[in-house]
Amino acid sequence: MFRNQYDTDVTTWSPTGRLFQVEYAMEAVKQGSAAIGLRSRSHVVLACVNKAQSELSSHQRKIFKVDDHIGVAIAGLTADGRVLSRYMRSESINHFFTYESPLPVGRLVVHLADKAQVCTQRSWKRPYGVGLLVGGLDESGAHLYYNCPSGNYFEYQAFAIGSRSQAAKTYLERRFESFGESSREDLIKDAILAVRETLQGETLKSSLCTVSILGVDEPFHFLDQEEIQKVIDTFEKVAEEEDEAEGEAEAAPAAAQAEQAGDQDVAPMEI
Amino acid sequence: MTFTIPIDNGDAVKNAEADSQRTLYPYVTGTSIVAIKYKDGVLMASDMGGSYGSTLRYKNIERIKAIGKHSLLGASGEISDFQEILRYLDELILNDNMWDDGNSLGPKEVHNYLTRVMYNRRNKFNPLWNTLVLGGVKKGKSYLGMVSMIGVSFEDNHVATGFGNHLARPILRDEWHADLSFEDGVKLLEKCMRVLLYRDRSAINKFQIAKITEEGVTISQPYSLTTFWEFQAFHNPTAGAQGSW
Repeated sequence: MFRNQYDTDVTTWSPTGRLFQVEYAMEAVKQGSAAIGLRSRSHVVLACVNKAQSELSSHQRKIFKVDDHIGVAIAGLTADGRVLSRYMRSESINHFFTYESPLPVGRLVVHLADKAQVCTQRSWKRPYGVGLLVGGLDESGAHLYYNCPSGNYFEYQAFAIGSRSQAAKTYLERRFESFGESSREDLIKDAILAVRETLQGETLKSSLCTVSILGVDEPFHFLDQEEIQKVIDTFEKVAEEEDEAEGEAEAAPAAAQAEQAGDQDVAPMEI
Repeated sequence: MTFTIPIDNGDAVKNAEADSQRTLYPYVTGTSIVAIKYKDGVLMASDMGGSYGSTLRYKNIERIKAIGKHSLLGASGEISDFQEILRYLDELILNDNMWDDGNSLGPKEVHNYLTRVMYNRRNKFNPLWNTLVLGGVKKGKSYLGMVSMIGVSFEDNHVATGFGNHLARPILRDEWHADLSFEDGVKLLEKCMRVLLYRDRSAINKFQIAKITEEGVTISQPYSLTTFWEFQAFHNPTAGAQGSW
């Protein structure tokens, strides 16, 4: 993508029918650190990489509880993500106040998408620079959605966003067909393994990742460090063998993405 | 309450607008609703009368209506306010259906929505002059609740409004039990409605019984109950009275 004369305003179309400002906003999502979501019929797991500004600071929160039955993981401009999480919490709680019933996640993501669309059609606004992985429940079970700065939303069995998410996506693509019937424990294990893919070489420690889960009979909550470490310990022994096999498979997709170059341009406000 | 605004030339102008927006008293009213949970869902009964003060003016008013796929709403009190509530609910259900996403508002959600509406109006001193009964079945679970014009709201196995509270509920407390069959449920409701017919002067002998189950709503055609007036006390009502009261 290069600078051109149609990319100054979000309200200017290019001759080929593109809104460049919206596409640039989607680039911002790719700069944030990875967030991963997967779902079975009854559970949704959201996991992310803990990245800190410097060794002195603590890491930024990327996963938020919206309600007992909805959670969201963000990647990109975390400030925008925080504001949208607050909006989601507000919608959820207002619905519950009027109807004494949890807001179906499918309806929440539509509200969210409509809110994002507004920012793509006003000259005095800019699109939100954050991608949201929304996991939640409604009458038909567990769902995972991805909300994009463009105002689009998609439903997924599993997805990853942020920097080096391609590695996680490759892993998930191999395994997603079994997720629907996965047990809760297997789902968590797959999420942590997907996080490991994005670290590409760095040893996986429980302090490096945050994992959250929600389910039909399980309100949204974070897994604590010990639980995560226990899961890591179960597969750390086979980690070395797997790494060798995957090293060759990763060389091709990694080169195609500009993600490696993108890392040097990360603005301080993007985590 | 009227507001007076003094004007420069000394004459005061009554701000009539403040009054015309508020509910002061009801005009055309419906009497009791009685409802019970039974084995397959909820049964609700009402008569078809609309009183204009002490005149029984309208005799074909349906005071029980189906709401969406899962609920029944019965109302006593001001009939025009009931019609207004039906319009609100119509819009609510319409918007719910437009989502077309496999989720739908069940009786619990409708009951809570109505509670919010009634309480909100009460706070503005402009109530919808009704006591509402909301019954329904969703995913096998029966639901029965009531909201009054001041926003008091609760759920129970059997509810009644107006005179029904005083005359029907004692019968229900004694004779209701879980898993009533349809026939027993109807018999129990008819017993309550008969007592109301004898004793409530705004009741008429023309009833509808509505049933809601997982399959849907059925509202019966209007029918009458048999009554018996040959009790000794009715033959010579003043026999025991000596002198003035």
